[in-house]
Amino acid sequence: MWKTRLGALLILLIGSGIGYFLYASEPSLHKDKVVPYEEKAQNIPFKLGLDLSGGVELVYQADLSSVKPEDIKNAMDSLRDVIERRVNAFGVSEAIVQVEQKGGITSPVEYRLIVELPGVTDVKKAVEMIGQTPKLEFMIERSGKDVEAYNKAIEKLKADQEAGRPLVIPAEYITGPYVATELNGRFLDRAVLEFDQTTREPVVSLVFNKQGADVFAQMTKDNVGKTIAIYLDRDLGNPEPISAPVVREAILGGKAQITGQFTPQEAKTLVGRLNSGALPVDKLELLSTQTISAPLGAKSLSEGVWAGVWGILIVAAFLILWYRLPGIIAVVALAIYIVLMLSLFKLFGITLTAAGIAGFILSVGMAVDANILIFERTKEELRKGHGVHEAIREGFARAWTSIRDSNISSIITAIILFWFGTSLIKGFALTFGLGVIVSMFSAITVSRLLLYALPFKGHGSFVRALFGSGFFKIH
Amino acid sequence: MFIVTYRKYFFAIAILGVLFALFSITTKGFNVGMDFVGGSIIEVSYDTRPDIEVIKTALTGAGFENARVQMAGESDVIVKTTALTEVQRQELTKALAVENFAMEEKRFSSIGPTIGKELRTKAWIAITLVIIGIVLFLAFAFRKVSEPIASWKYGAITTVTLLFDILIPVGAFTFLGKEIDALFIVALLAIMGLSVHDTIVVFDRIRENLKLKVSNDFPTVVGKSLGQTFTRSINTSVTIMLVLGVIFFFGPASTKDFSLLLWIGIFVGTYSSIFLASPLLVTLEKRQNKA
Repeated sequence: MWKTRLGALLILLIGSGIGYFLYASEPSLHKDKVVPYEEKAQNIPFKLGLDLSGGVELVYQADLSSVKPEDIKNAMDSLRDVIERRVNAFGVSEAIVQVEQKGGITSPVEYRLIVELPGVTDVKKAVEMIGQTPKLEFMIERSGKDVEAYNKAIEKLKADQEAGRPLVIPAEYITGPYVATELNGRFLDRAVLEFDQTTREPVVSLVFNKQGADVFAQMTKDNVGKTIAIYLDRDLGNPEPISAPVVREAILGGKAQITGQFTPQEAKTLVGRLNSGALPVDKLELLSTQTISAPLGAKSLSEGVWAGVWGILIVAAFLILWYRLPGIIAVVALAIYIVLMLSLFKLFGITLTAAGIAGFILSVGMAVDANILIFERTKEELRKGHGVHEAIREGFARAWTSIRDSNISSIITAIILFWFGTSLIKGFALTFGLGVIVSMFSAITVSRLLLYALPFKGHGSFVRALFGSGFFKIH
Repeated sequence: MFIVTYRKYFFAIAILGVLFALFSITTKGFNVGMDFVGGSIIEVSYDTRPDIEVIKTALTGAGFENARVQMAGESDVIVKTTALTEVQRQELTKALAVENFAMEEKRFSSIGPTIGKELRTKAWIAITLVIIGIVLFLAFAFRKVSEPIASWKYGAITTVTLLFDILIPVGAFTFLGKEIDALFIVALLAIMGLSVHDTIVVFDRIRENLKLKVSNDFPTVVGKSLGQTFTRSINTSVTIMLVLGVIFFFGPASTKDFSLLLWIGIFVGTYSSIFLASPLLVTLEKRQNKA
């Protein structure tokens, strides 16, 4: 008995703990008050879908007709990388760029690029930025008098900054310590990842085309001991070079190697970026656009949240009025179910959409089902003359097969829905499916433990009334 | 149990429902939304809304003759057209800002025909897969129950009620002229899951009562099982329908139709699991005995 009560107490404590985590993690719940651990908790926010946060979703089809099949994966990876760098430069936090592979069985394989920009509603600018061909530039250090002038300009800027004057960067110094050359991505034939035969370190090999080899030879001859900075999409807000190797000697054959302390992954990324300068993806075709303004998203979100609150209250009222004591237990179990689900959304970073919230509210209704099954069964056993504990045990045991089998069919549905879905529908499938699993857990562990912990015995009239049901009947 | 005794009347009500659904589908047809055929939808909000004719003229002038214009809410206008490119979208917004009526773009969505077609195929596959998955699972779950009715028949009856459960809401929605979009399919799939959920609870009780040999008369066993699970079925469905009602009345606009369809689906699903599925078992058993 004491073991059960201890267990029940433990579950209540854990539930309250998770509840507190949710409370602390949402600043809107405790307005101006400072609560302990809020900073830590707030690091894990809810992830809202575009229909709730407002933003743009763009789906592109990549034309890969001139790419060799074995290079497609790399091409798409570098494309993703390039676009990701661009949207990050656009100032969007939590932008999502992903590659999706379509078809393959009945239709030819197609590659899609899905770009989600929360908070952005300027479709025009987003489309323009994404649609541009990546631009790779090779730059060299400033030389002679130019260096002095540049240093002076920098000093002037620093002085301006200290004095609080507005900063005006002269156009000729916008490229930083480097100046443009005529060498760019069109002269680069390809970049390859190789491993040094003696040191086994990863190295990045560059192969220039014939014209590029000449330009590169001249450039390296003039800049021995100096740095060549390689930029990607500098104009689109990427002011840092992707690589800045130092020239050891003049390179005449059009083949260069960048060595350094790369991890294989870093080297691979660099290769992708270098190759994307002459990206073999011929064309990006915009297949679909979706924009939701931020106020509309906020309205949907608050309506969804309030629908959830009302839904939960109504279910709780029904449970208590109809099922009395077990109803109260069920409401406690339901509360634990809700905080558990909400924190799972946070921890797994599950994207919440309007459909997802609907799925969650629906799952609250369904979570009740397992409890109802158990209570009805327990009541039957009480009527047969079993004591409370005996009745609860029988009630759980007999309701279990129904709960298991019926939930498996819901899980099958959720899995297929997940496969069917676009991102908005996936939200529904995830919350729905997760809800079914978690509610099964909350009904068979939480409700059971709490019911066992109750201090009632026998099957007298008082006990039967407590465990009875209905609005007007006593038993 | 009266449900078993008077099953013919409940079958008749179901058949009437099916006839209504078929009638509304054949006469009204599906109103397939842009999710499945491609197209664009834009919703703008005006400070003071211009007359609908003014907007229509402006759109025609800009080359959007086929655009469908609809009022929404107090100050919103929804325009539906074929799929648009980014340049066309800008032209459309420009045209909507007629005579400098101040307006704000609330949402825009454009779906190319390729994606629409793809979703259409996927929707069919998903519905088929759910049915197959559920039937296989049921046949498995009831594999040990073969007396007096073979276990696959439980699966077969569930399939029939499943089809019933989606046919009626589809009929109701075509009757109301509602648009069929991706969420519509999601709701249908969810209805299938929930309805089977309900049917399984009753079947499980029958399975148990058969094992316990409650009675040698099959109709009595079915009737008893129905009586024992009746309150649960109604209570669970009422809870879920209450919750769906809340989503319908208080929830976001985008999930209103969704919750309505689910509401109808749960209602029909509860009907079919109580008044169709188990009584059908009895009918099958009677047939079997005659043969």
